[in-house]
Amino acid sequence: MSTTAEPTPDKYSLGQSMKRKEDPRFIRGAGNFLDDIVLPGMLWLSIVHSPYPHARLVKIDKTAALAVPGVVAVLTGEDLAAHNLAWIPTFHGYDKQMILAVGKVLFQYQEVAGVIATSREIAQDAAELVDVEYEPLDPVVNPFQSREDKIILRDDRENKTNHIYHWEVGKRDATDAAIAASDVSIKERVVFQRCHPAPLEPCGIVADMDAATGRLTLYLTSQAPHAHRTVVSLVTGIPEDKIHVISPDLGGGFGNKVPVYPGYVVAAAASVVIGVPVKWIETRTENLTTTGFARDYHMDVEIGATKDGKVTALKVTTVADHGAFDAAADPTKYPAGLFGIVTGSYDFANAFTELDAYFTNKAPGGVAYRCSFRVTEASFAIERGMEILARKLNMDPAELRLKNFVKKEQFPYPSPLGFVYDSGDYHLTLRKALDMIGYDELRKEQAEKRKRGELMGIGISTFTEAVGAGPSKHFDIMGIKMFDSAEIRVHPTGSAILRAGTKSQGQGHETTWAQIAADELGLDPQNIMVEEGDTDTAPYGLGTYASRSTPVAGGAIAMAARKIREKARKIAAHLLEASVDDIEWENHAFHAKGLPGKAITMQEIAFAAYTNPAPDSEPGLEATFYYDPPNLTFPYGAYIAVVDVDPETGFVKVRRFLAIDDCGTVINPMIVEGQIHGGLTEGFAIAFMQEIAFDESGNNLNTNFTEYLVPTSLETPHWETSSTCTPSPHHPIGAKGVGESPNVGSPAAFVNAVMDALAPLGVTHIDMPLTREKVWRACREASTA
Amino acid sequence: MKISVTVNGTLYEREVEPRTLLVYFLREALGLTGTHVGCDTSSCGVCVVVLDGDRAVKSCTMFAAMADGHDITTVEGLVQGGKLHPLQQAFWDCHGLQCGYCTPGMLMTSYALLKHQPNPDEPAIREALAGNLCRCTGYQNIVKAVQQAAAETNAPAPEPVAT
Ligand code: FES
Ligand code: FES
Repeated sequence: MSTTAEPTPDKYSLGQSMKRKEDPRFIRGAGNFLDDIVLPGMLWLSIVHSPYPHARLVKIDKTAALAVPGVVAVLTGEDLAAHNLAWIPTFHGYDKQMILAVGKVLFQYQEVAGVIATSREIAQDAAELVDVEYEPLDPVVNPFQSREDKIILRDDRENKTNHIYHWEVGKRDATDAAIAASDVSIKERVVFQRCHPAPLEPCGIVADMDAATGRLTLYLTSQAPHAHRTVVSLVTGIPEDKIHVISPDLGGGFGNKVPVYPGYVVAAAASVVIGVPVKWIETRTENLTTTGFARDYHMDVEIGATKDGKVTALKVTTVADHGAFDAAADPTKYPAGLFGIVTGSYDFANAFTELDAYFTNKAPGGVAYRCSFRVTEASFAIERGMEILARKLNMDPAELRLKNFVKKEQFPYPSPLGFVYDSGDYHLTLRKALDMIGYDELRKEQAEKRKRGELMGIGISTFTEAVGAGPSKHFDIMGIKMFDSAEIRVHPTGSAILRAGTKSQGQGHETTWAQIAADELGLDPQNIMVEEGDTDTAPYGLGTYASRSTPVAGGAIAMAARKIREKARKIAAHLLEASVDDIEWENHAFHAKGLPGKAITMQEIAFAAYTNPAPDSEPGLEATFYYDPPNLTFPYGAYIAVVDVDPETGFVKVRRFLAIDDCGTVINPMIVEGQIHGGLTEGFAIAFMQEIAFDESGNNLNTNFTEYLVPTSLETPHWETSSTCTPSPHHPIGAKGVGESPNVGSPAAFVNAVMDALAPLGVTHIDMPLTREKVWRACREASTA
Repeated sequence: MKISVTVNGTLYEREVEPRTLLVYFLREALGLTGTHVGCDTSSCGVCVVVLDGDRAVKSCTMFAAMADGHDITTVEGLVQGGKLHPLQQAFWDCHGLQCGYCTPGMLMTSYALLKHQPNPDEPAIREALAGNLCRCTGYQNIVKAVQQAAAETNAPAPEPVAT
């Protein structure tokens, strides 16, 4: 027998790459997605969209559509207005948005009418027969045109201006003065283009009003089922107990499935009025043109520094395009989300950022696309800025970063824009990345290639995110505090059910939540069933987005389990005939002090809780915990991209990409790595191809997957990943959340790499997406200049 | 019009409208909801099924009527004798799925690939999967899964163990 055998991994402990518990149904095609739900007597909704970006609605003629056999109803804005549903409040409550157009349309593809029919095809055919007369108006197609206020878009609002709000944080005067006094400064406009999360499963609803019970059941593609239940109740006046939201398996979300969309409201209203179930499933075009756009920030980045490369001040001035309604999904007190993270990983003595948001004739949205409320835009701004500064200083970008990082001993670090970073060791993580990728070698190779006129680039991004919204004193959505919750019930034979207020869209909660509880309770994670997404059974929570699930609900799960453990301790004392104070929890079992070798497992305790409860305690073994996090968490990473650019074709080959992430305690390394692969792929997509663009007349140019390009297996690079681990000191298990980091951190690494490659040509910046055409043009202009 | 089509080994005779797409026939007439819909332009591949044993087709791009007299395999037909197909097992083992929405199409495209090329290398796998989008995984683990399944399928069958 070998004595050097690896110890068997502890099946309970965190950090195991346990295979996912949700997979068996998906690999069999037995998932239950929204469009799989078919109810008896169900009708279909198809929506009529405006071909104009800005137009007065003259007349809607339903006659031809209503004449189609199988058409049950045609609804317009006027019909909804009769039920007070033509407009609903937007997510953070500062604006309202039209459900079906009344008076005028404000963006191309805006929802104008809804046709309800007995089949999908009949509804679609009849929708084409709804005759809408428009009087086109001049469109406002960008926020700079908008701010001139020559065309006022929203005549329904009291203030006759397209300006929505101004937001600022930091010290303006000190920052301006520091930049003016700096040895070296840079200023660059960087645009984070409008893009779209485009999960492969589009949004949808089956609304089912049951006249017999008076209950409205909404099967909804929802990342936040409880929040949606509350919104429906507030908007319609239907008591919350009469609303049942069920979010089935979600085919991806990425922020797209957070807001409330017109299709949901029309289907629900139709079901209430007609009294039968009504289904609406977005087409891909509807998805890309009407729901959930992201970003669209025009950012002027200014950095001041000493001549030896110590940064002194940062100023970022942003103009934001919010589309026709201010429907951005941000916490109430944070109209520009967590953009204040824009100082990133660097220790700035002075910082100031301000933002002005404007209406335009584009779809509303501003969702947190794999992003914690605008941290992606902020990370891009600072990481591009640092790169441009490095070039101006003629300094290696890695060295510039190492020189300016917040130091390990500065944590908890109060940032100049108001956050307190929990933990990190930025130097360690970047040094590891430089080592792993062979940075010095790559720089040598690059120098050789430059001599031969070849364009090779190395791009770094060392981002810090703020995630896990959030502490109730700062964070709410429509007044509801952003806590999250978990309920655990341990069954007599030692298995359990765990319910949480979050909703997985592919992140693997059925596995990771079970792992957290198993580790806290000493139970087998295979026998902890996880259930989410049903508002009748799950405890109230704000849902899954903004990397908040592990920081918030993950905390709730650990704390609920610890509550159970406290009760279990009493039962253990009773069973071991010892005093509660002498009972210790060690190696996933209870032991009595002074009684070595005698252990009692949670499984035994569970049985006793139902068969032989301790004298002074309630029978049963369960707990619920609502976790209000004391702070956000601050995951971070060091990413390095290596590219070759072909100036003849503009083709960028991403030769290598290394991502080192520090998300604190890792629950399941396999799942974390999977999240990173996926997020990097989205970051790659944003850097090189994804954009929702408009022409000068306000026409959307990217309305389906042949125009809105999502990377395939062919373009997607091979990802190299690794990690460092700096646990969050305030989180119950030290976890920070990771789902978005790769999408937040990577776009700048790609762009920095391409700009580094183009440096010999004197190109400083190209806005994303870096399409072949744009890169080719930049190369050509540089060579003909 | 009337069609007869064999799906996962069962012969179905059904009335369909000429314009009914194969994907909706499978999902709505036969209740086989493992085959999904993700776009309107034949771009995403979540609807891929296998035609006549070895051809991956996008079922949103075929009318049900075109399947008349043919044999269709969907994701629901992969499990044989209660055992997961090596591809299904490999997708599970290698974390080749996250939300699972693209998974049926990925499995069926890979299934057809392995029929033609039992031992594909990484570029061949990436090429074959180029019509199947995935928004979650970044493809890397899917490629790994297909490689594992290929290795598994090509491995000599284990010797029966004497009892
Ligand atoms: S549904 Fe997208 S290709 Fe068939
Ligand atoms: S696993 Fe979600 S789209 Fe592929």
